[in-house]
Amino acid sequence: MHELALARAILETALGRADGARVTRVEVSVGALRQVVPTSLAFNFEVLARGTPCEGAVLEQLLRPATLRCMCGAEWELEELSFSCPRCGGVETEVVGGEELLIESIELEEAPCTAPR
Amino acid sequence: MHRTKVRVAEGVLDANETIARANRSDFDRAGVRVVNLMSAPGAGKTTLLERVLAQGLPAGSGGGAPRVGVLEGDVQGTIDAERISALHVPVTQLNTDPGFGGECHLDANMVRSALPQVPLQDIDLLVIENVGNLVCPAEFRVGEDARAMIVSVTEGEDKPLKYPLMFRACELVVVNKTDLLPHLDFSMDDLLGNLERVNPGVTHMLLSARTGDGIDAFAAWLAGVAAREPATL
Repeated sequence: MHELALARAILETALGRADGARVTRVEVSVGALRQVVPTSLAFNFEVLARGTPCEGAVLEQLLRPATLRCMCGAEWELEELSFSCPRCGGVETEVVGGEELLIESIELEEAPCTAPR
Repeated sequence: MHRTKVRVAEGVLDANETIARANRSDFDRAGVRVVNLMSAPGAGKTTLLERVLAQGLPAGSGGGAPRVGVLEGDVQGTIDAERISALHVPVTQLNTDPGFGGECHLDANMVRSALPQVPLQDIDLLVIENVGNLVCPAEFRVGEDARAMIVSVTEGEDKPLKYPLMFRACELVVVNKTDLLPHLDFSMDDLLGNLERVNPGVTHMLLSARTGDGIDAFAAWLAGVAAREPATL
């Protein structure tokens, strides 16, 4: 539901780093716990990117699964919604993956050289 | 056409975090603690605030009762701010509709834009009443010390399972509208069981903003936040 705000933030960062160059791809890591709907994020990004150097850029979303770790040492991927340890039943668990919302990289297209030879 | 991959490694919400830290600095400088209060629309944020502010917060060990200010976040209108204003509590209305395009949540930038209108020097605790929404507000820190949410018994027992991020983002979950329990097929055990699955051990309290039952615990919690050391972001 907040994909518009996220798409805007991704676009601004990509444009800032591209510094005027055409952007062909933006790679983002999206944690499974961040409640992002991938199609909505892609749609919002595509719409906002129109008329900017990011127009037409592919938004590649790398889904990071929700991974938890327990004090007892167990580490597991969240399949069903329960944050207590499947091994010891403990509740002193921490999320070690799945909360990412990171712009990993952008791909720039370098314009052909137009300087006179 | 030559293509180059450029490593970025920047958080999508880094810009928001930076502004949140700036807000935090301003709050710390003024000695104000901040609560970000969230819930679905209609769960009772404003009514609970009306109740607890009319009653007043308990005095701390250091002196008098903490002075409270409210920052009201809504898409449109001043209805909630007017309700709080009637209690002679300093209140500032922040609308996300003009200028922010009708955002469904408050972010650090919006809160920062409202700070000049908030009398930080006259208060000890600022309660930011967020836009009614169980999804987005959990994602955007605004510089708060503590995040609390309200879920009402009319929303059903499965809310924690449907909105885990919100229920996990908050250090306090208030279960409101307990006065309606005789009229509902609602299992408090199921709700609290689901809450325990999603945020094991989270502090929770049962109350009715309408009748006042259980309100003292919330008032004490707010006073406790007001007495905390500043949070580090």
